[in-house]
Amino acid sequence: MSLEVAVAAALFVGVIAYAVLGGADFGSGFFDLTAGSARRGAELRTLVDRSIGPVWEANHVWLIYVLVIWWTGFPATFAAAMTTLILPLLLALLGIVLRGASFAFRKYAGTLGQARLFGVVFALSSILTPFFLGAAAGAIASGRVPADGRGDVWSSWLNPTSVFGGLIAVGACAFLAGTFLTADAARSGQSSLAGQLRVRSLVVGVLTGAVVFAALVPLDHDAPTLADGLEGRAAPLVVLSAIAGLATLALLWRRAYGVARFTAVAAVVSVVAGWGVGQYPWMLVDEVRIVDAGGAEATLQGLLVVVGIAAVVVLPALGYLLRLTQTEQWSRH
Amino acid sequence: MSPVLQLAAAADPAGLLPAREQMALSLGWHIVLACFGVAFPAMILVMHWRGVHRDDPVALELAKRWSKVSAVLFAIGAVSGTVLSFEMGLLWPGLMGRFGDVLGLPFAFEGLSFFVEAIFLGIYLYGWGRMKPRVHLLMLVPMAAAGVVGTFCVLAVNSWMNWPTGFRMVDGEVTDVNPWRAMFNDRVWLQFGHMWVAAYMVVGFSVAAVYAVGMLRGRRDEHHRLGFLVPFVFASVAALCQPVVGHVLGFGMGDHQPAKLAAFELAETTTDGPSPLRIGGWYDDGEVKGTLDIPRLGSIIAENSFTKPVRGLDTIPEEDRPPVTLTHWAFQSMVGLGTLLAAGVALFWLARWRRVDLLGRRWFLRAVSLAGVVAALAMELGWIATEVGRQPWIVYGVLRTEDAAGDSSGLWWLFGTTVVVYAGMTVGAVVVLRSMARRWRAGETDLPSPYGPALVSASSEEVSR
Repeated sequence: MSLEVAVAAALFVGVIAYAVLGGADFGSGFFDLTAGSARRGAELRTLVDRSIGPVWEANHVWLIYVLVIWWTGFPATFAAAMTTLILPLLLALLGIVLRGASFAFRKYAGTLGQARLFGVVFALSSILTPFFLGAAAGAIASGRVPADGRGDVWSSWLNPTSVFGGLIAVGACAFLAGTFLTADAARSGQSSLAGQLRVRSLVVGVLTGAVVFAALVPLDHDAPTLADGLEGRAAPLVVLSAIAGLATLALLWRRAYGVARFTAVAAVVSVVAGWGVGQYPWMLVDEVRIVDAGGAEATLQGLLVVVGIAAVVVLPALGYLLRLTQTEQWSRH
Repeated sequence: MSPVLQLAAAADPAGLLPAREQMALSLGWHIVLACFGVAFPAMILVMHWRGVHRDDPVALELAKRWSKVSAVLFAIGAVSGTVLSFEMGLLWPGLMGRFGDVLGLPFAFEGLSFFVEAIFLGIYLYGWGRMKPRVHLLMLVPMAAAGVVGTFCVLAVNSWMNWPTGFRMVDGEVTDVNPWRAMFNDRVWLQFGHMWVAAYMVVGFSVAAVYAVGMLRGRRDEHHRLGFLVPFVFASVAALCQPVVGHVLGFGMGDHQPAKLAAFELAETTTDGPSPLRIGGWYDDGEVKGTLDIPRLGSIIAENSFTKPVRGLDTIPEEDRPPVTLTHWAFQSMVGLGTLLAAGVALFWLARWRRVDLLGRRWFLRAVSLAGVVAALAMELGWIATEVGRQPWIVYGVLRTEDAAGDSSGLWWLFGTTVVVYAGMTVGAVVVLRSMARRWRAGETDLPSPYGPALVSASSEEVSR
């Protein structure tokens, strides 16, 4: 494996981690928004607070990780993507800012009226942000980001691949969040809440699965390079995601919430990994290959040092945090 | 021509002026919160330590409240920091595309420290009542350490922009990249020291100010005394060190960044013999007006010499000069405010040594209640001095700011949106923090979520009544 590919792989691990961990946080916005009136939704909204409160900032850092590895390891393609995709990225950024700030404000809001306002902003921005990030990913995957940047600022992300990418991102986030929230509710003994979340997670899961497989149709024309990869090298991952997705639905149906968390993660990981493997060896599809996109060699080596330190320092700490929040003891009020 | 108009000269790319304003706004806003991320965990640690190891319920309650305040501040700090990450690419593609692999490594380490900080923040905030107190308390240590490492990394990038090393330019191409050399450049330790100490000043004075206001309103209990004293001790040490750090940071600037030093010192020509210290005044078309000159002192302070003059602006080509008057005023105001704060804390501790407690004097409490704002102002002015003083370069002597900006049109819309969103976030934070303080004073301790079933049913009863 060349140095460039090693760094690109480390970068993509960050993309997958952000999709799963950050995605589950964003997805909770869907359930928060549709929880009903202040009275009826109080239990669910309190659960959302408790579930994502301790972890959302740590999960968010995966996005920072992706950005810094990208601009340090592959600076020219970073500049190209940033100039072409300025609109969806700014909209995603707006969503990230509003989501984080209003989530923190809601938790300590003094009145129900303020909490409602912050809550609506939190929930809406949580739903919309993954769409813009997915659309930006679709632009890269369909070869709409030219190597020298300055691609069309509108059509680069308003096209079939990008729109499907955005919808899949929104659906996958909501599905993950639903599975985790259902398990959290069951674990803390809120069985009627768990039942209500179970039904909605099933609906979200079926719809998202349908969108993922519907997306394969327009991809053939709209993103031929990616489609080739998905039908070839990445085909096992596509199949795996289908199996894991169906297994999650079956497990939710049978109320095996604890295990369903793992299959839901597997489904999302394999969809995102399928995109990565599908577009390999391109950094910007049809424009720049990974091996040609790398920055200075000494810097790529330095990045691998950073990744090594992250594996030793950050991963155990992150595992500790996630374990604490997913155990009985911390699920108490 | 005014500095603003000079910047907007016809040949500049469309993205230049809005990008500079956008960067100034978002960086200036974020940096205050970044200070809390750096310095607040250490103060909470001292308070929490006292609470646990000396069995002091007042200290424990203060630590608990401060941790809730930090939850709000760190959340908006995290998102406003993300804004800056995006802006590096969106506003300055010419910098990131060409120099991303030279300057990027410290950012990667900064990402690591942000990870550590966010993880242990999550554990700490939700660990109250769920972990053994002595273990729980230790979760602050990695947070505080990560804040220090993160500051170093960000300052590494900034000092590299002022003092670029770790690469060579050959025919306009960047070669021989050594990212470690770029990260550990010659200025990084001093710039880091200056900012690190500044963070302790901003947070120490700001938190002390809150309790000073409480004392002014007659709340003179142990809670207020301790809440004032711990941050004030941090702020005192920082404020007394800062003039020394700042002075040492200036060494060598005359050789390396003569234009910035000339602007700081308002030296229009190289004087024959030692330069005066010029207080106030302005620079108008090659002439300095309205200053109060103190002979020789300029050379003593800036060059550490009784004879060596400060190199004048007339030796620097016009197109390489920064906006002089703004840089000069920002620099001198920073020095003035910093000196004022150092004098204030020195007075407090001298009086205490002579057994006079200035906490009993209303004028002193009034002064402290403003000290947080003054410290933040001094820090912002320092950033303006170093950033504006580096212009017209983004990478000193290598890349001009105009060549780093993109040609995206419509960035003024982005600026307008940012003003609205940041104003909204500021109002939101103030409203929420004030309501937290009000509820604490009313005797609530847990601050349950307003969506908690008990609260919702209580308020719907109010409605039905």
